[in-house]
Amino acid sequence: MVPLNYYLILAAVVFAIGVIGVLIRRNLIVILMSIELMLNAVNLTFIAFSRYLGSMAGQVAVFFVMAVAAAEAIIGLAIIISVFRQRQTLDPQEMQLLKW
Amino acid sequence: MDASTLIFFLLAGLLILSSLCVVFLRHVVHCAMALVVALLIIAIFFVTLHAPMVGILQVMVYAGAIMVLFLFVIMFLNPTSLERVRGVWWGLATALALLLAALLVPLFSSESTGDSVAATELFGSPEVLAKSLFNDFVLPFEIASVLLLVAIVGAVVLAKRERRSNGAA
Repeated sequence: MVPLNYYLILAAVVFAIGVIGVLIRRNLIVILMSIELMLNAVNLTFIAFSRYLGSMAGQVAVFFVMAVAAAEAIIGLAIIISVFRQRQTLDPQEMQLLKW
Repeated sequence: MDASTLIFFLLAGLLILSSLCVVFLRHVVHCAMALVVALLIIAIFFVTLHAPMVGILQVMVYAGAIMVLFLFVIMFLNPTSLERVRGVWWGLATALALLLAALLVPLFSSESTGDSVAATELFGSPEVLAKSLFNDFVLPFEIASVLLLVAIVGAVVLAKRERRSNGAA
């Protein structure tokens, strides 16, 4: 039986990799994909705790995280399409209309 | 080291490798393919943690629906130009993320909770998940359905081509 700590450390590492992706990438689609990666790392901790505490609440929480992540991906991609129609770019550095 | 630990380390290595590919590959489609691999490995972890229903949902919803949506948008927009590299931000962001990992990992590894509750036969089955979902979490379930409806309508409104954009505006 693999200890709980291993799962938590693995999830922390994957979450940190997702943070790197959000910070350094200059492509909106890849930034969204990094956010999905971070959400999945959190899901892994939920499932691991659910298994080790013997409670179903963690699995239900993962269910809701998936629903919210699907909604977030849909809206994010719709915004990306809308922005790309206006400006023909996916670079967040180019979107500085509101920057003072 | 028994077999389950060995398999865990193998899968963990593959997961970290594919996550790094998501972040560091320069072509968007390659990133999406690496993300599919990462999501499938996480689904395998779910199944090994007695959550088969959530694992199946992970494959269907994430690796299926959401990734098809991502690939569809990538093909639709066809971003051909590769992004340029910013040296300063790479260093800063990597340092920040390493700091985050260095804070999180000792936090998780300090407490040793080796003994777990023995899983019954039914733990994680669709039946038990549905009972928990529709007894204790009915209100959040309904709110999630409303959220998804709002997301569908919002996506249609946002992605719809505006008629007046080619003329006056």
